[in-house]
Amino acid sequence: MTLKTTPLNAAHRAMGAKMVDFGGWDMPVNYGSQIDEHHQVRNDSGMFDVCHMRVVDAKGDGVRAFLRYLLANNADKITVPGKALYSAMLRPEGGVIDDLIIYFMTEQWFRIVVNAGTADKDIAWMKEQAATHAPKLTITSRDDLAMVAIQGPNARTKVWQVLPQTKAATENLVNFQAADCGEYFIARTGYTGEDGFEVMLPKEKVEAFWYDLNKAGVKPIGLGARDTLRLEAGMNLYGQDMDETIGPLESGLAWTVDLKSERDFIGKAALLANPPSKKLVGLVLLDRGVLRGHQKVVTPQGEGEITSGTFSPTLEKSIALARVPKDVQIGDNVQVVIRDKMLAAQVVKYPFARNGKGLI
Amino acid sequence: MSNPTDLKYTASHEWVKTEADGSITIGITEHAQELLGDMVFVEAPAAGRKLNAGEECAVVESVKAAADVYAPVTGEVIAGNPDLENSPENINSDPYGAWLFKMKPDNAADVAALMDATAYQAHVDSEAH
Repeated sequence: MTLKTTPLNAAHRAMGAKMVDFGGWDMPVNYGSQIDEHHQVRNDSGMFDVCHMRVVDAKGDGVRAFLRYLLANNADKITVPGKALYSAMLRPEGGVIDDLIIYFMTEQWFRIVVNAGTADKDIAWMKEQAATHAPKLTITSRDDLAMVAIQGPNARTKVWQVLPQTKAATENLVNFQAADCGEYFIARTGYTGEDGFEVMLPKEKVEAFWYDLNKAGVKPIGLGARDTLRLEAGMNLYGQDMDETIGPLESGLAWTVDLKSERDFIGKAALLANPPSKKLVGLVLLDRGVLRGHQKVVTPQGEGEITSGTFSPTLEKSIALARVPKDVQIGDNVQVVIRDKMLAAQVVKYPFARNGKGLI
Repeated sequence: MSNPTDLKYTASHEWVKTEADGSITIGITEHAQELLGDMVFVEAPAAGRKLNAGEECAVVESVKAAADVYAPVTGEVIAGNPDLENSPENINSDPYGAWLFKMKPDNAADVAALMDATAYQAHVDSEAH
């Protein structure tokens, strides 16, 4: 099978990236030391090729009402132009089809950003639902757009150095808000727990943008550090921490699911009918070793499983997200089965690190 | 970086150095550390443990992944490297200096039969394709 490539493929190779097959995409996992890349983002600024993620525009009258029904989070929460909302999109049975971000631009236009591996099924699902509930909407996959995430305490300043014409429109953006600056759509969002922007721009401009950022001192960061950064920040990874077989309430996403209002949405009835028996918690390993996905967690209340685990460069210890019986409490001591050993771990409140600092 | 010509190599990317007293010192190759990336955890076997050739006997973990290390030949463990417990990153900076464990092989001929640097490089190149 031929791997799909982003418009930055040649740039990654020129910058010395080690490339890997990431869900069918030929992507950089690291350029040099993955730990150095991680600290670069926590302490300064780094850039990520996220061109494999998909931008979808939903346009037409009634787009808000449609999203209110399509998504588990409530589109009515975003009323200021550019404001963004994180949400799960659920199956009628309550499993998570994908997690995504929607941006409210106008009452005729919401922009949606979805994961790479799920993009095709997401769009098919959106179109199928729109055909029934909002046949006049147009749902367009923006394959003409590229996306780069620039993250870190100095990230926004670096972007303004490279795109000074966008500064006026973006310097007053609050967290989770975007501005449409013509060719550049700039959002104060990200997947690292640091300040920064995600910039969507025409594909043919992205390579020059990437090199200009690099000249301004922004270092390229691979998927390896992207994973340690998002896990420290306590952000779920679709396909690992949740999927179509698991609901949002067992995936640490209760804060994004609105079950109290009158609003109906796809999956709501299933969530109300099936109260969760498990929940997602943070773990810190007390013994020596490294927590990894699929390791078994043993608690007095029953068994659980690690969904994502890694070594945290910020905390210099191993951390994980784990799905455990719902009565397990913060501060509990549990055991994790690693190879043939039972190692001690503690249940903690996550995120583990954000804005350059460890929180544990 | 080329592989030292005075060492022997395994298909599973361990290097083996024969010492003056006939014991052997084992580590993982430059190629192996490059594939794994930043090392964060090492578990070496304890002295006295008897190993069969090809037996899993140590673990190295990078941020990205865990990898098993295999006994290159049959024999007994003399020592694990205690320094790596606190400085696993030495494997990245000095793969041919940061040894994992030492063994006394049952048969010196087993060591002599391992790949030399040229054969190992050919093996690495074949895996890349």
